[in-house]
Amino acid sequence: MTVIDLSKTSLRDLNQRLHDLNGADRNNEWRITNPSGEHAIAVGLNAPTNVQIDGPVGYYCGGMNKEAMITINGHCGWGVGENIMSGFIRVKGNASESAGASGRGGMIVIEGDASSRCGISMKGVDIVVTGSVGHMSAFLAQKGHLVVGGDVGPDLGASIYEAVIYVQGKVNGLGTDCIEKDMTPEHRKNLARLLQEAGVDMNPAGFRRYGSARKLYHFNVDHADAY
Amino acid sequence: MTDNRPPRRRSASFPPEVLAEIHRAADQGVYEIRGFGAKRYLPTFDDLVFLGASVSRYPLEGYREKCETNITIGTRFAKKPIELKIPITIAGMSFGSLGAKAKEALGKAATEMGTSTTTGDGGMTEEERQSSKTLVYQVLPSRYGMNPDDLRRGDAIEVVVGQGAKPGGGGMLLGQKITKRVADMRTLPEGIDQRSASRHPDWTGPDDLAIKIKELREITDWEKPIYVKIGATRTSYDVALAVKAGADVVVLDGMQGGTGATQDVFIEHVGIPTLPAVRLAVNALKELGMHREVQLIVSGGIRTGADVAKAMALGADAVSIGTAALVAMGCNKAVHIEDYHALGTEPGYCHHCHTGLCPVGITTQEPELEARLAPEHGARLLKNYLTTMVLEAQTLARACGKSHLLNLEPEDLVALTMEAAAMAGVPLAGTDWIPGRGAT
Repeated sequence: MTVIDLSKTSLRDLNQRLHDLNGADRNNEWRITNPSGEHAIAVGLNAPTNVQIDGPVGYYCGGMNKEAMITINGHCGWGVGENIMSGFIRVKGNASESAGASGRGGMIVIEGDASSRCGISMKGVDIVVTGSVGHMSAFLAQKGHLVVGGDVGPDLGASIYEAVIYVQGKVNGLGTDCIEKDMTPEHRKNLARLLQEAGVDMNPAGFRRYGSARKLYHFNVDHADAY
Repeated sequence: MTDNRPPRRRSASFPPEVLAEIHRAADQGVYEIRGFGAKRYLPTFDDLVFLGASVSRYPLEGYREKCETNITIGTRFAKKPIELKIPITIAGMSFGSLGAKAKEALGKAATEMGTSTTTGDGGMTEEERQSSKTLVYQVLPSRYGMNPDDLRRGDAIEVVVGQGAKPGGGGMLLGQKITKRVADMRTLPEGIDQRSASRHPDWTGPDDLAIKIKELREITDWEKPIYVKIGATRTSYDVALAVKAGADVVVLDGMQGGTGATQDVFIEHVGIPTLPAVRLAVNALKELGMHREVQLIVSGGIRTGADVAKAMALGADAVSIGTAALVAMGCNKAVHIEDYHALGTEPGYCHHCHTGLCPVGITTQEPELEARLAPEHGARLLKNYLTTMVLEAQTLARACGKSHLLNLEPEDLVALTMEAAAMAGVPLAGTDWIPGRGAT
């Protein structure tokens, strides 16, 4: 394992070393200490390396990740795992706004709460939050899954496309064109798979499913009051 | 036979086009969506003229002395700035709004001319990357097709905050243009009316933008110039904030800038014209001591070499064209007239990019229509047009005694109208008066 102390090594040097991995080094394990809320830690990774960050991180940690497995032992700022393509990010703490924004693949697990706009514009990522999420989560969500073990704030899934949302706790209001849908056996099986992949011990039976009513997919004057 | 009927009187408040729009709105109950840019009268670069050399200035020989046109973009922070042979770039236009062949033609022409093209709301196509030697990759609010591989394959990155046709609005692509390929690239269901976000999903204000730019730099190892594109509205503040956020380049799009599909009310009633926007942007850069350090690219209604020269004389480092490039490739040309008629329009008036039924095969995904634009031919037309623009701009610069287009300056210009004088900050012709600056 390579240990990088961010109080002694610059962010630039760290990210460059992570970008330059090749050959057998691509599977290395890294431990980053003293992140101290620094932004853009471990962004743009492109190898199946294992990165453990001990402490709180700032904005965009793990942004645009491909293949890497990133564990954050602390809270994180805005946009953790934004536009993630593949791989896995685990946050052992709370996440700030826009967690997993526009993510296109892979999985993000937040073992805590996530703030507003969790999963905004998501395009295929699977996000599992064991705690609660804030308002406008899954706004414009196009594809993928958002699983919330706790409660959700107002305007869940506003203008959602084909993403699927599972919520165990209280829903404090659905956004435009987002509706509750039947939780079929197929969906329970899907949710069970997501929880298992996330390593989260929750019973799928307690969840409800939400998705798009698909009424806003085409301009229709009769729906003008929905905007 | 005498016509004794009283003369008909046209209403100034309700001219025929206003009446027609009210009738249309009453029939349909929804705003008009269309392509192209603002059609209303606006003060433009046509309201400025150059003061050619005479006794007090020394001209360059038109056919014998060089007038350079090359520019370097992204000199502030990027390890790999972009070198362009001409200061006219091709603006961002999406695959989806445009067909793949049109994008390919843009790339081929730009490559031959030594300039850049720009992706658009929908991501990068392989045809585009292959045809365009210098390609600017846009990071838009929608993040359609966004991925780190294309980010690294781009030669520069453009964070799009807004565009001149609709500052404060998101992209729009109607269902008839969302083919399977377009839908797959954008991760959307095929055939839906796509309305892009107007705000970025993971940052809001200028402080966040600074962090976003830092992230993009880190992902690309600080190699790529980072542009910030804004629609012209509160230009002084926006330019200053973009600079503060760490932009290498500011792209400023005036309200004449085109669009593939937007509400007509948005196109015609939001934003400020390019003419005052350039002056405001240059002043903001100068106040920060960043003029020429952060490059300024101006777009929105650039049509001629005269427009290029005037924008640069006001302080721009380069211009960008979108609509004009499409016109060069055949947009609104008087061919396939029956297809214009089927759209309810005529060549010269067409703004039906939003329908996907472009009569000349540019803004369409329909294979039969796309076949009307051979990329090689489209590229040749655009290359000819760009060449003409450069020659025109050089002609004007030489007349002002300038050996490089970047040497043009506001002192080379006067305005023909008080409005243009006030907006551009140059004297009204025949006076030394700049409205708004008091008597001199």
